[in-house]
Amino acid sequence: MSRVRVLVGTKKGAFILNSDGTRKRWEVSQPHFPGWELYHLKGSPLNPDRIYASQSSGWFGQLIQRSDDGGITWAPVGNEFAYEGVPGTHQWYDGTAHPWEFKRVWHLEPSLTEPDTVYAGVEDAAMFRSTDGGASWHELAGLRGHGSGSHWAPGAGGMGLHTILIHPTNPERLFIAISAAGAFRTDDGGTTWKPINRGLNSKYIPDPTAEVGHCVHRIAMHPSRPDTLFMQKHWDVMRSDDAGENWHKISGNLPTDFGFPIDVHAHEPETVYVVPIKSDAEHFPLDGKLRVYRSRTGGHEWEALTKGLPQQDCYVNVLRDAMAVDSLEDCGIYFGTTGGQVYGSFDGGDHWEPIVRDLPAVLSVEVQTLP
Amino acid sequence: MIRVILPSPLQALAHAGPELHFELAAPVTHRAVLDAVEAAYPMLRGTIRDHATQRRRPFIRFHACERDLSHEPPDTPLPEGVTSGREAYLIVGAMSGG
Repeated sequence: MSRVRVLVGTKKGAFILNSDGTRKRWEVSQPHFPGWELYHLKGSPLNPDRIYASQSSGWFGQLIQRSDDGGITWAPVGNEFAYEGVPGTHQWYDGTAHPWEFKRVWHLEPSLTEPDTVYAGVEDAAMFRSTDGGASWHELAGLRGHGSGSHWAPGAGGMGLHTILIHPTNPERLFIAISAAGAFRTDDGGTTWKPINRGLNSKYIPDPTAEVGHCVHRIAMHPSRPDTLFMQKHWDVMRSDDAGENWHKISGNLPTDFGFPIDVHAHEPETVYVVPIKSDAEHFPLDGKLRVYRSRTGGHEWEALTKGLPQQDCYVNVLRDAMAVDSLEDCGIYFGTTGGQVYGSFDGGDHWEPIVRDLPAVLSVEVQTLP
Repeated sequence: MIRVILPSPLQALAHAGPELHFELAAPVTHRAVLDAVEAAYPMLRGTIRDHATQRRRPFIRFHACERDLSHEPPDTPLPEGVTSGREAYLIVGAMSGG
């Protein structure tokens, strides 16, 4: 029978949740790296027992940990993230020039084809690649070198490169997203990049339809349709059907289209999930009701999913990297909250239950479906 | 013998005991001590000093002999209390955040 392993990064450590394929009983690990911020953990699709973890602290900086036994033991690997050349400046919150400074790794994305290759999205925004299992890291400097970097600016959480999507059959094509610069695509394995933000409209920047400057919160893709992308932006839920060349709004009947995560059902490429949040100033659910919204039509028409989720006095947030799906026959949907709960639904979102409920604030959730 | 005490998160990271011991040739400076710590425990590289600039990370402090030595230049000789082994060189996480 298949198994499921959920990798949870929190403000004070990492936790690994294991269940068999029934997903009825969950074993919760002791905290890994207790006291440290774990922005993200992710397993290699080529070797699921190889897991990378981004471990950081305001005191001690950035570490990358690697496990080769499914998260039982860990060893630190390389943690030197040096920008190529003179990093230059980006915009600060008030529009003034601010020097580029490495702060932390937000997201780790192991390659789909090369077992020792892994990508890292960092703050201040840049893309790094390791081809030796994390021992050394090299910037894909063409992204910052695109020419628009001086116009990028941090979102409230910093100027992080938080989304990395690898095309399932063409490893030369990757999509990334940065708060607040927007989405970018490479078609040559990361040497050159182009902004893919046409159709985005952001009232909070001087030119709402500028080529860059948009606060993209998350992008999702179904591997069977890699030209179709779904985006949760600072405001607006968007869709592209041409690999990001053009976007259109699919917020439809959502009660608010501000939010952070967005994900796609493992077997239904037109079934999309978001967690609407009241506003950019009030990062909690509308009316104190935690509701996931599902569209079975690829957007526009959304239904609230509430069964098993708190429907009063709930003021948690769900961060951008804190939603994931498994690939079992009955697709499991998972998300973690800043209140320390990780919820799961094992029927496509109709019913939810907490699989653990008293962790530190959850920063990220990833799921591995294991044989 | 130079005695060095790491903050507890770095002790855990290094799988080290509470106190590290080094034999260092004179002059014993901040840089010499930190070089020895990082040579013995490579996983600590980048956690105390910046990889590239070798500057002390902002929330790290160096204490010894009841003094804050954090702002001394890295090649400053350490106090006799440290070089004689009577006092430990403390690498401390700055008090912040409850």
